Amino acid sequence: MQKIEAVIQPSKLDAVKDALLEAGIEGMTILEARGHGRQKGHTEFYRGREYTVDLLPKIKIEMVVRDEMADKAVQAILSSARTGKIGDGKIFVSKIDDAIRIRNDERGPSAL
Amino acid sequence: MYPRRLIRFLCLLPVGCSSVALAQTSAPPTVSNADNAWMLTSSALVLMMTGPGLALFYGGLVRRKNVLATMMQSFAMMCIITVLWALIGYSLAFGPGNSFIGGFHYAFLHNVGLAPDADYGATIPAQTYMIYQLMFAIITPALICGAFAERMKFSAMCLFLTLWALVVYSPMAHMVWGKGGLLNAALGGKIPCLDFAGGTVVHITSGVSALICALYLGKRVGYPREPSPPHSVVLSFIGACLLWVGWFGFNAGSAVNASGLATSAFVNTHFATAAAAIGWSVAEWFRNGKPSALGAISGAVAGLVAITPASGFVQPMSALIIGLIAGVFCYLMVTVVKGWFGYDDSLDAFGVHGAGGTIGAVLTGIFASSAINPVFGAGKPTGAIEGNGHQVLNQMAGVAIAWVLSIAGTLILLKVVDLVIGLRVTREDEIEGLDVTQHGEEGYDFGS
Repeated sequence: MQKIEAVIQPSKLDAVKDALLEAGIEGMTILEARGHGRQKGHTEFYRGREYTVDLLPKIKIEMVVRDEMADKAVQAILSSARTGKIGDGKIFVSKIDDAIRIRNDERGPSAL
Repeated sequence: MYPRRLIRFLCLLPVGCSSVALAQTSAPPTVSNADNAWMLTSSALVLMMTGPGLALFYGGLVRRKNVLATMMQSFAMMCIITVLWALIGYSLAFGPGNSFIGGFHYAFLHNVGLAPDADYGATIPAQTYMIYQLMFAIITPALICGAFAERMKFSAMCLFLTLWALVVYSPMAHMVWGKGGLLNAALGGKIPCLDFAGGTVVHITSGVSALICALYLGKRVGYPREPSPPHSVVLSFIGACLLWVGWFGFNAGSAVNASGLATSAFVNTHFATAAAAIGWSVAEWFRNGKPSALGAISGAVAGLVAITPASGFVQPMSALIIGLIAGVFCYLMVTVVKGWFGYDDSLDAFGVHGAGGTIGAVLTGIFASSAINPVFGAGKPTGAIEGNGHQVLNQMAGVAIAWVLSIAGTLILLKVVDLVIGLRVTREDEIEGLDVTQHGEEGYDFGS
C-alpha cells in the first residue's frame, strides 16, 4: 500500500478529482490548506498599506492505494493539476504499513 | 423663543392690552403629517448608519479576534447615548442657553412635547426633532471608535464617550444648530457658519478627537511591523453601502421637512458620494495599479462626509466637484500623510472624517448658492462663487472652533478616564483579542 499526498491549486480540485475517479481510485481525503513552496506569496494593498501574503490557499489531497494503483494515481494528478506555471504544487508518495476498516476490523489492502 | 414667550406672557395680562397682544400672535404652528413622516423615516435611516452600517464597516476592517468588540462599541453608543440624550444631552445641545451651550430647560425632556418647536421644525412635533437629533448624537462618538480600535478597554470606551458626548458634542451642536448658538447661520449666530447636516458638529469633532485618541493611546502592539489587514472587506462593503443609504436621512432629513430643499440635499449627497468613490479609486489605480473594493467604499464614505455640510446649500454640479476633491484628498491623507506622521489611526477615522469634514466645511463656503438655500436672504450672495468670499473665513472659524474644542475636550477626558480606570487593555489581552478578553465570546466559531 502506498500513500499519495498531493498539494494542488484550489482551482484544479475538480479536474483532479475527476481524473482520479476515472483512474479507478475510490477513496480520498481533501484538506483545505495554506502554504508555499518556491512560489512565495503575493502582495495585497489595504488603504495604501502593503501586506505580503506568503501562505497561499492550497488544497491537499490524501489517499492510500494498492501498490499497483500508485503510478496510475500519480499520473492522473500530474495530467490534471498541471498548468505549467509556478505554484502548481507537489506530490509525495510513501509506504504504508497497515490499514484497518473501523466498521469490521478488516485489515490490509482489502480494507482500502 | 424669547419674543414668543413674551407675547404669551402679555396675553395673560389683564384686559386692555391683551387684545393688542393677541393681534400680534401668529397662528400656532401645526404638524404636517407629510413632514413628520419623512422626519421619522430619516431618524430611522440615521440610526441604521450606526447599527448595522458603521458596526459592519468598522467590524470588517479589524482582525478577526476583535470583530465583536468593535461592533459592540457602535451598539453601546446606540444604547448609552440614547439614555443620556433623554436625561440631559438634548437639553445641553438644544435647550435655551448661551452662545456655547444650552441649559437645563429640556432636561428629562421637560417642555419637549408633541407640539412643534417653531425654531427647529415648525411642522413636526418637537419630539420628532429630538429623536432625529439623537441619532446624530449616537453616530458621532461611534465614529471615534475607529481610531482606538483593537486596543481600548470596553469600560474606558463607555466612560470616555459618555463624557465626550456631554463635553464636546452637545456644546458643538448647540453652537451650530441651537437657538442663539455662536455659529448658527439661521438663528442669529455671531459668526454664521454654514453646516447643513453636521460637517463640523459630527465629522470634524469625531475625526479630530479620533486623531487625539490615536496619539494618546499609542500604536497597537506590533504596528506597523506586524500586518493587521481587514479580516472581512465583505462586511465593510455591506456596512459602507448601508451608510450610503442611511446618509439620505442624515443629509436630506436635515431640511427638517419634506420640501424641495430635502430633494436638493438628497441629490447632492448621492452625486458627491459617487464622485468621491471614483476619485479615490482612480487615485489608487494610478498609484497601486489596481482599484480596490476597500478603496472604492472608503472614497464613498469620504464623499458622504464632505458633502454633509454642503448638502443643503450647493448646486448638483458643485456636489460632483466637492465629492471628487474629497475622494482624492482623503485618499492622500490616509495613504500618504498618515505614513509621514506614523500615528496608528487604526480605521482612519481622522483621515476620512476629520480630513473630509474639514475640506467639506471649507468647500461649502466656496460653493454655497442662494438659489438652493437663501440662508442670508433671497438673492443675497451666500458662497464665494456668488461673491461672498467672507463666508470662507466664517467656515474656517467654525472649523477652528470645532478643532480646538475637540482637541481640548478629548485630551482632558482621556486624561481623566486614564487616571480613573485606565484606557488600554493589557498587552496580553490585546494580543489575545478584545472579543475574548472584553466580552468573553468569539465572533466566528467555525468548529460548531
